[in-house]
Parts: sequence; C-alpha cells; structure tokens
Amino acid sequence: MTEGSTIADLGRLAASGRVPPPEVMARRARRWGWWFFVEAWLLGAKAWAVSILLYMVVTPLLYLTALGLGLGTLVDRGAGSVDGVPYLVFVGPALLVSTVVMSVGGELTYPVMAGFKWQRLYYGPHATPATPEQIAVGQLLGVMIRFVVQAGIFWLLLVLFDAAPSGWSWLSVPVAVLTAAAFGAPLQAFAASLEDEGYQFAFVQRFIIMPMFLFAGTFFPLSVMPVTLQWIGWVSPVWHGTQLARQATYGAAEPLWLTAVHVVVLAAMALGGILVGRRIYARRLGS
Amino acid sequence: MPVIVARDLTKVYGDNRAVDGIDFEIARGESFGLLGPNGAGKSTTMRMIGGTLQRTGGSMLVAGLDPAERGPEVRAHLGVVPQQDNLDEELSVRDNLIMYGRYFGLPYSYLRAKADELLEFAQLTDRGKAKVGSLSGGMKRRLTIARSLVNEPKVLLLDEPTTGLDPQARHVLWDRLFRLKEVGVTLVVTTHFMDEAEQLCDRLVVIDRGRIMAEGTPRQLIRQHSTREVLELRFGADRNAAVVAQVEDIGSRIEVLPDRVLIYTDDGEGALEAVTTRGLSPVTSLVRRSSLEDVFLRLTGRSLID
Ligand SMILES: Nc1ncnc2c1ncn2[C@@H]1O[C@H](COP(=O)(O)OP(=O)(O)O)[C@@H](O)[C@H]1O
Ligand SMILES: [Mg+2]
Repeated sequence: MTEGSTIADLGRLAASGRVPPPEVMARRARRWGWWFFVEAWLLGAKAWAVSILLYMVVTPLLYLTALGLGLGTLVDRGAGSVDGVPYLVFVGPALLVSTVVMSVGGELTYPVMAGFKWQRLYYGPHATPATPEQIAVGQLLGVMIRFVVQAGIFWLLLVLFDAAPSGWSWLSVPVAVLTAAAFGAPLQAFAASLEDEGYQFAFVQRFIIMPMFLFAGTFFPLSVMPVTLQWIGWVSPVWHGTQLARQATYGAAEPLWLTAVHVVVLAAMALGGILVGRRIYARRLGS
Repeated sequence: MPVIVARDLTKVYGDNRAVDGIDFEIARGESFGLLGPNGAGKSTTMRMIGGTLQRTGGSMLVAGLDPAERGPEVRAHLGVVPQQDNLDEELSVRDNLIMYGRYFGLPYSYLRAKADELLEFAQLTDRGKAKVGSLSGGMKRRLTIARSLVNEPKVLLLDEPTTGLDPQARHVLWDRLFRLKEVGVTLVVTTHFMDEAEQLCDRLVVIDRGRIMAEGTPRQLIRQHSTREVLELRFGADRNAAVVAQVEDIGSRIEVLPDRVLIYTDDGEGALEAVTTRGLSPVTSLVRRSSLEDVFLRLTGRSLID
C-alpha cells in the first residue's frame, strides 16, 4: 500500500469477492492438501533441478561402468555368469534400487528436521486448512516423484548398457520407488520424532544404509553369504526390492510365494511408515 | 454474534498451566488485544483459536465452529501471522504468497493477480522475484502479514506483529493494520508492548501467567487502574529506595523500580513541586500520562518488559 492508495483499494484487497466461501476452501483443502504440499515441494526443488539431474545421470554411469564393465569383466571371466546372466545384468537392477534408497537417506532426514525445527517450514501450511497428516504425506510423495525420475533415468541407462534384456524391465522403476517408500516412510517418521539436531542421521547412513547396500544381495546373491548373515537381506527393503527388480529386468527365477513376500514386505513397511509418520506429524505440530 | 468465543480456555503443559481458564469474546470488526509479558500464554491462546494446538479444557468457537474438530474449516476463515516467521526461504517472495494460497484451494489464476496486489500492500513489489532469504527482518514480517491475507480472511490473528522491528517499521505496520480494521477485518493482536496495544486495540485483556487480570478499552483500563499522570523520578540507583519514605505521601500511590521511582497522581507538576519543596533534588524528573504499562505494574507488581 503506497501513500496514494485508498481505502477502496484496501477494501478490494480484503474482500474482492473472488474468493470462495471458507467452507469451499476447507473442502478443497481436505481433499487436496497433500498435493498442495507436493506442488510447493516441486517448486522448491526446481532451484536444484540441474544439479539433481546431473547427479541422476552421472551416478548410474559411474556405477555401471565401474561395477558392470570393470568388475563384471573379471567376474564373468572367472565365474562365467551370476544367476545365469552376465554380471552387469545381475548387478544393474540392484544398483538401480540401491542408489535410489541411498538418496532416501538425504531426502527424508534433514529436510524433515528443517520442516519442524530449523526453518519451521511445516508451520506455514499448518496454519492453513491443510492438516499435519497431509503435510506428512505430501513430503513423502514429493520425494517419491523425484525417485520416479531418478529410477527412470537409471532404467534408461540400463537399457543403453544392454543390461535389461526383459521386455518388462521398466517395472524396475515402480519397484525402486516402492522400495524407496518402504525405507523412506519409516525413516521420515523416525526423523519427525527427533527433537535434537539429527546427529542420528549419520548413524543411519553408516549402520543401516551402507550395510544394506553391501550385504543385501546387491553385489552377490544372498545365498552366497553365511546363513548367519542372511537375515540382513530379509529385514532389508533393499533386498526385497532388488529381487523384484531382477525379475523385471532379466526374469530372475523365484518361487511365486517369495515374490509375494517381497511385495507384501515392501508395501507393509511403506504403509506402516506412513501411518506412524502421520501420527507423529499430527502430535508434534499440534503440541 | 461474536466471531470468537472462549470459555474457561485451558492449556496445561506438564504441571505448567500455560493458559489457566480464560474467557473472552471478540465481536466482528473489532480490534482485540492480548497484552502480557513473555510467557503469559498469549501464543498458546492464539494457537488454540486456530486449532493448531489442542486445548486441555474449556470451549472455543470460531465463526460458530470448534477449531479442535473443524480445524480446516476454522482456518479457512482466518489469516494467521505467527510470532516466528516461517516463510519458505528457498522460494521467491512472490512464490511464497502463491504457494501459501494454494493450501486454501485457490486457483493460480486468482493467486497470480492476488500476489501482485499483496506485494504492493507489503511494499515489496520490486522484491517479488528475490529469494526470501535475502529480505530484512521488517520485510519478512510485512511479507508474512501479506501472506496471511491471501484467502481474504475476515479475522486476522497477529501474534506479536512488530516484535523485533525498528520504530519506523513498526509505525508502517500499525498503519497497514489500522487500515485493514477500517475495511472491516477483525484483528486479534497479542503484544507485550503497551504502545502497540494502545495504538491498535479497541479493547484488550491484560494477561499474566495464563490468567486475565483486567479487561476493557485502553482508556477504561488506565482510568480504573491508574491515575491520570505519573511523575517519574531518578535519584540514582543507590538512593531511589532511600528517598521513598520522604515522598511516599505525595501521590495516591508509589512504585519503586530498580532505576526509578514512580509517583501516581492526577497532578504531576504539583507533585514535582512538592518533591522539590522538601529539598529533594532528583537527577531527572518527568511528568507523563499514565499508560497500560502502569496498569500492568499495578495489577501484577511487575513490568511488561523485563
Ligand atoms: N510447546 C510447549 N511445551 C511446553 N511448554 C510450553 C510450550 N509452549 C509454551 N509453553 C509454556 O507455556 C507458557 C506460555 O507460553 P506462550 O503462550 O508462548 O507465552 P507468550 O506467547 O505469552 O509469551 C510459558 O510458560 C511457556 O514456557
Ligand atoms: Mg508468544
């Protein structure tokens, strides 16, 4: 309002007649509040889009070159093949799933802390008709959209590297996103429950994400490991996701019940994480 | 019908009764204040109005709805300016307005035009494309207030709107808020500045330790709880207490603060004359009108700002 503006201008600003009644705004928010958070998240992510995209392209290239072509040549010369396919084909879908899960460790930890504490970003929408539950879901979904892109790029590169022979290989993309949700939703709930500065996240990175990457059937079949260590695979979303992705990309053979177990475990972790996370968001924002 | 009604409103944290059974009603178009020191329970009360904080007891109706049960509906009526800014620092100034409006289900076509009007209102038109992180404290505050208007609320909740601003920025903001009131927006303001309460509020409650100590218009409160004028005397920190016995009977009441002595009287100049007649020579003396600060001191024995 500059000096010259009049009460009439201000009257229009305060009541233009272009805003629907509160009940209508509330109804829209009840239905779409989670999506409005995703919209804001995407707009914020736009600032980083170039560097994220670069990361999404370079990471698979590095892994596929080093492990697939480099190490793979050696493995194929020695063992002939792993699980009946060249090493690159074996390790490719696992890398797709693992790298996406590793990104979860950055996306659903510190940003959650920023939402509650550092920047208090969640408290903006919290004062609108949107609910804490919708904020929780919106945060997770925004990140999942990123992972659709990330997994999609990785899949394209797998195809380019001749590492995804099956016609169903594109299914590895939704599998990777489901795996990210299975790990990400509980992690988000955990992050939302922390009151301090989040030094636990380094612990998660070192003692949960790295072991999953190394021991959950990524580089070698779980069955190669001593039986006493195989539980790491069973409790790890990465193993369940990797096994599903292998079926998608090269038709890895597995009994149907085991496939069902993979899907159920992943879906249960994702759903459980969302439900618990929603409650933690509601409790924390409302206290 | 009042737009906000609180009855026996209570919030307990552990064994701390942050809001301890308060009652108030706010009429449409009114500018209502909660005046009290830090920790009095002002923010807690504000958050219970919007239903973003669950109350422990009592009842609350906003536009006839209970915010604890109909949070989204209640908040669609409200504009909220929280005590702490929570703007999205990574978005531009303009995008902050637009994305906030999205949470009310408002379409982009409306929001783009609205954002420009609000930027003008906040005198931030030339900063629209800048990142929020680059704004000064006063600019952020104005942006937060502009943001709260995006859904054209009939009721605006302002939690310490000018705390942390320099005097000039405060006057600019008061002017904005006063104009909003003039076009019919109901203002609910918390503050621990008595001048802000006097400037902005038609009616206010004085609140301390979660309880309402007094209620009325600023003038009523001053008339009821203080004298017309106050004589402020400074004798130097070590002597203030010593002279009390000598001036005690001059006014109708006396308050001894660490740095000064306040004599309450309807005739300040007369009181000052009486002081000098008794051979006392204060380092400084000042006659002023009573303020809400004096009311608070009277009611609680403490200053508003510690
Ligand atoms: N989230 C919280 N948890 C525990 N105590 C709180 C919380 N928020 C406020 N309080 C306490 O409640 C009282 C009132 O706080 P508040 O409403 O913020 O006061 P004001 O806004 O008047 O400064 C204070 O004693 C404060 O310490
Ligand atoms: Mg406060």
